[in-house]
Amino acid sequence: MSAQDLLVIENLVKRYDGLLATDDLSLTVREGELHAIIGPNGAGKTTLIKQLTGEIPSDNGRVTFAGKNIKRLSEADRSHIGLARSFQITSLFQDFTVLENVCLAVQAHSGHSFRFWKKINNDTALTDPARDILRQMGLEERAETATAALSHGEQRQLEIAVALATKPKLLLLDEPMAGMSREDSEKLVERLIELKQHYSILLIEHDMDAVFSLADRISVLVYGQAIATGTPDDIRNNEEVRQAYLGEEA
Amino acid sequence: MNLSPRLLINAALLIFLAVLPFLTDWAGDSFYTGLVARILILAIAALSLNLLIGYGGMVSFGHAAFIGVGAYVVGIGAFHAFEDGIDWMLNGYIQLVIALLGSAFIALIIGAISLRTRGVYFIMITMAFSQMLYFTAVGVETYGADDGLSIYSRSDMLGLIDLNDEKSLYYLIFVSLLVVLYLMHRLVGSAFGNVIRGSKSNEARMRAIGFSPYKYRLTAFVIAGAIAGYAGFLMANLNDFVSPDVMHWTRSGDLIIMILLGGMASLFGPLYGALAFLMLEEILSSIPLTIGGLRVGEYWQLIFGPLLILIVLYARNGVDSFLPGARKNT
Repeated sequence: MSAQDLLVIENLVKRYDGLLATDDLSLTVREGELHAIIGPNGAGKTTLIKQLTGEIPSDNGRVTFAGKNIKRLSEADRSHIGLARSFQITSLFQDFTVLENVCLAVQAHSGHSFRFWKKINNDTALTDPARDILRQMGLEERAETATAALSHGEQRQLEIAVALATKPKLLLLDEPMAGMSREDSEKLVERLIELKQHYSILLIEHDMDAVFSLADRISVLVYGQAIATGTPDDIRNNEEVRQAYLGEEA
Repeated sequence: MNLSPRLLINAALLIFLAVLPFLTDWAGDSFYTGLVARILILAIAALSLNLLIGYGGMVSFGHAAFIGVGAYVVGIGAFHAFEDGIDWMLNGYIQLVIALLGSAFIALIIGAISLRTRGVYFIMITMAFSQMLYFTAVGVETYGADDGLSIYSRSDMLGLIDLNDEKSLYYLIFVSLLVVLYLMHRLVGSAFGNVIRGSKSNEARMRAIGFSPYKYRLTAFVIAGAIAGYAGFLMANLNDFVSPDVMHWTRSGDLIIMILLGGMASLFGPLYGALAFLMLEEILSSIPLTIGGLRVGEYWQLIFGPLLILIVLYARNGVDSFLPGARKNT
């Protein structure tokens, strides 16, 4: 493992009733890179994210993040060492405002919350960083809006904003463009190009245009195994990948 | 400060409650002071339960158990002071501390186990725990078993306030309600309250952004338990009597109905709910109409039931949804 390896996955296994969702998978995300994972439906992409965040336990293998074995860390602990995920199916606090959603994530990383008395809704220690993030994601105009009233595209932006508010070292983005219009996707790609400058990112995405324009490296996942890893050009020209997945699209 | 119509209605209600004993004096009928005192005690308990249900999404079906704990502390204290001459057991402050710590401790144990479950399991397990306490009380012959325990002397507050004076007791209850309302207001708006509300809204995301909801939920459970224990302390003093019945699971159900009637996740909801519940009980059960030799009032729940169904179906936030400035459910 070299110094610039941020996340090292070694021989990771997840078994569901005999089905291998993650099959002896090894993968590395380098510091500062945007590493995309592509693969057909059921390839085990979301399962991998869940194993990384600790939502589901792994049956075998080893995950090292920032030089530390994270096997015994809870989901919350993993958030505190800098792992953050966004959700494929939007998972927000629907009855909170946009700003409150982001504030809650900032609050999670501002010490314990056993503070019972002081009002929190205009605590600038939370709202200032939260507004910065909303600006970054182009949602500053919508800060006071109820989350449920946002458009789908805006909810997808907020989905990422909430993840950003946890000050991550590595962003795990699970299909951020899911269900987005062409136009919204293009805008999001531009934002992700911006975010790339500041964060290491593991991106799962079906939108091939987005993947090939964003990724520094791409891994192709099929039946829980990485059949190839390389630069976008390597992947485009890889015969095995073409057969297994890309088909006519590439 | 912005005086919204809703705020004015709430303030008017509190002012009415503040002057009620004088109104009933003037009307020459103190029955209603006692009734309203009982309502306010149940409102305090419902307020504490609403922290769990309305704000935290934890549908605890055993909250009356904590009222029982507080009430039995007063009952048992008075019993030993009366039977064995142990005077300190009548000391209201000692009773209060034991009632609060006792109910908090029992809430800690029940919560620590129950909060590992979700949904229907949580409802059932909290109910099971409260029934265990209920049957314990039924089984203890010394303290009257299922006949209950008459309280021959109310808590001795050492001259600071005389609980034997009905008006003093009423004002203790009323001020307690104000304190609990303010406490809930602060709690819900605090960092802690934010975690409790967030955990109701989306627990998976709470974990993903770095919270461990369990310890916060357990803390809320203990706070709610202690406040209900305090309500029990007041209740025993008001009724001069305590029996296992206060802990029965149907009493816990009543508290939930009050919250539904008044409106979940609104500060004043449980107070309106408690008022509506007991007023309806009072009014419906005194309907003089007789049909086929049956007095309708005796079967007031036959009317109350459908009414509750209508409210749940058409006014999701109960009384709260009729007040100006109500949040619309989408």
